[in-house]
Amino acid sequence: MLPRDLKPEHFTKYPPEARKLITDHLETLRVLPLTYVANLLREAIEYDFRFPVERRELEKELANAGALTPEQKREWFQGFAAIALSAELEKTDWPDRPARFVEQLSAFLWTTHQLDAFRKAALDYADRLSRALPPEPPPVPRLGIAVIGQGVTAYEDPLFYKLRAHGAYFSRVNPDGGLELLLNAIGKRAQDHPIPYRHWYIDGGSAGEHAPELTCVSYQGLATVREALLHRMRPQIDQPGMGPEALRTFLAQVTPEELGLRTGDPILDRFQVKLFTEGSGTQIFSTTFVQWAAREALRRAQPCTMLVRFTPRQRQKPMNELLSEKQDQAELDPVGSLIDADLGAYYNWINQQRLSGEEHSSFLAWFENHSQAVVIGPTIPRGTESRSETNLAQLVAWTG
Amino acid sequence: MMRLLNSGPARNLRRQIASSRRDFLGSAVRLTLGSTLLGPCGLARAAVFTKRRKIVVITFGGGARDQETFAPEGQINIPHLLRELLPQSTFFTQVVNRGILGHYVATASLATGVYETINNFASLPPEHPTVFEYFRKDLKRPASDAWVVAPSNGFNRIGESDHRSYGRGFGAQVILPKHLLTAALASEHTDYSHLLRDNYETPFYAPELGGNEFELEQLENILKLSVDDFKAHARTLSSPDELSVYIVRQLMQQEAPSLLWVTMHDIDIAHAGAYSLYVEGIRRTDRLCAEVWNLIQSEPEYAGKTTLFILPDFGRDSDEDAGGNGFQHHRTGDSLSRTTWMMALGAGVREGVVIDHLVDSTDLVPTLGAMLSFSPSLAQGKPIPELA
Repeated sequence: MLPRDLKPEHFTKYPPEARKLITDHLETLRVLPLTYVANLLREAIEYDFRFPVERRELEKELANAGALTPEQKREWFQGFAAIALSAELEKTDWPDRPARFVEQLSAFLWTTHQLDAFRKAALDYADRLSRALPPEPPPVPRLGIAVIGQGVTAYEDPLFYKLRAHGAYFSRVNPDGGLELLLNAIGKRAQDHPIPYRHWYIDGGSAGEHAPELTCVSYQGLATVREALLHRMRPQIDQPGMGPEALRTFLAQVTPEELGLRTGDPILDRFQVKLFTEGSGTQIFSTTFVQWAAREALRRAQPCTMLVRFTPRQRQKPMNELLSEKQDQAELDPVGSLIDADLGAYYNWINQQRLSGEEHSSFLAWFENHSQAVVIGPTIPRGTESRSETNLAQLVAWTG
Repeated sequence: MMRLLNSGPARNLRRQIASSRRDFLGSAVRLTLGSTLLGPCGLARAAVFTKRRKIVVITFGGGARDQETFAPEGQINIPHLLRELLPQSTFFTQVVNRGILGHYVATASLATGVYETINNFASLPPEHPTVFEYFRKDLKRPASDAWVVAPSNGFNRIGESDHRSYGRGFGAQVILPKHLLTAALASEHTDYSHLLRDNYETPFYAPELGGNEFELEQLENILKLSVDDFKAHARTLSSPDELSVYIVRQLMQQEAPSLLWVTMHDIDIAHAGAYSLYVEGIRRTDRLCAEVWNLIQSEPEYAGKTTLFILPDFGRDSDEDAGGNGFQHHRTGDSLSRTTWMMALGAGVREGVVIDHLVDSTDLVPTLGAMLSFSPSLAQGKPIPELA
């Protein structure tokens, strides 16, 4: 089947709002290339569970495609149209299961050496789209905070190596009451600019006391969800013939309800489950969970405020310990986690800078309960170092 | 899709890095070489008679980036490669893999000289003849002369293709040390099934085995190791790659194969997203590469007549590509994940030479063919002039 054959009945299994969105734009989709349409449907099928900013972007993208003249459509989508697909792929039930199709498409593109052509088509399209529909500016300049190193008593190697070049490094920060102060600061931003899903607090352990206006995700708070997921995965893994693709398909269908997650916020529930079903290593390591959660929240919800706290992950046991008959309980690896988190903080900053208004955004990273921090912001001189005594309240104030 | 790829400034940065990185890497390596750099007219080791020549290939895997290896900020992680092996090497700064960036299929491509398109996660042989088949068929070598040691159980079919002119009976023998260890531990009551789940890309998935893998009883017959000794030694090692090098040592001492291929895999723990474990894997692999080199120097069957190749199968995603998640995966297919390095050292290789021109991953097999005098007629690559 090709896009020109699309009919409203192909979308009866979609959630109601997604179905309406697609059927309202069916005429537009019918004239676009399959490689584009399937990717768009993969996003659209989740419309009911998307964050507000994602919904607006999707609506605008569809409206934009509909407003293009036939000549413009050819120009905009020629890269996608040039991708040669197999008849086998075209015959799949791609409108019904677009995510599965995109997975198969990805394998096909690699195999047929068309991945680079697809990348170029997607990048060209994204460039055009962002010129035609500039991303929304944030209602308030963005502030990202990373708290790293919980549980580490001493660490001699330099921290924030990658971040320092972009801001100022402080080596004499008074750490007293630091976490509480930072949580209060982001709570105040959330109260001053109360927009849903725009102010986030992600914790690798149990969440500290925080303002209710913050969207909060914590690794510990999802412990039962993780266990429920692993419990559901085990019989699937043991099934004969079960491969990675089939496992991914299974995981993609797992719902929050099946894992006992019912917070009353279906959008956040779905987001949290996806952190485990789409993330790699998030089920095992809290540091990975935190970094991936921040990455996904930034990419999807485009927060104005985000505090991310990395806590120690479990220690990866060397082979000789795994082979010992006496298996001890899981231990923590604070120093390894600090190294993970140091890079994780850098990735958080990179991901924040991918969002609109990056020239006004600020970032603060702090070694928890220690005196080292780095601050990046429009008024902060790059690559500088301060040995003056200061405190976190002052550093937050400098982020603007 | 749009959201994954939409990042203009990041893309520009990536392009800049891609274009300048090779120069940067070459400069960094040259700086490190310092006075040992002898240039193209430098000392060449004595020519080695093809008949006596041995080749060892180590894939520095699975997937390592320049910035954690030979780029200035990564050199702290590879002291052995940098200080011990590099001065003795011809170093290639630009090895490009244009194929599928999955470890099994990429290693199969390295071993066939053709970009294979087999399913990375299935137990399938390469579609094109492997270097082992060319070597054994053309040079009429026995099965004992070509071996593969691979820690990942998914590599059990890498030894021979299903090509009708080669295939069954012409390939290498394959040892999967972790599989062997699991078999050795089978009589014990503890569940060691997690040992088989060694594919870090899909950590909960264990492939079914099939093909010409090494059987447990051969431990004693070929490697001269009792199951008890093997188990006892394994309990002193910290990683699957260490187990592989232990097997390599036994193999070199007992069988002394002329063509030995070792696939390292510890680094691929990166898929779990823990940067410290990824770097730890690189440091371990660095140490193990030096161990293999020292072993080559100390074994009479190998010393003075062996050429060692060390190369990652590919890189990993760059930090700047919005479609990836930095070091964690190798999914974007960006130029940084496709471009890596190779070092060659030992018999017939000039020391302290840095080569900046582009080398293709598929050039390895034709180069080995030129060195050992077999004809990899179906390989796509070309012999590397500085080595062939």
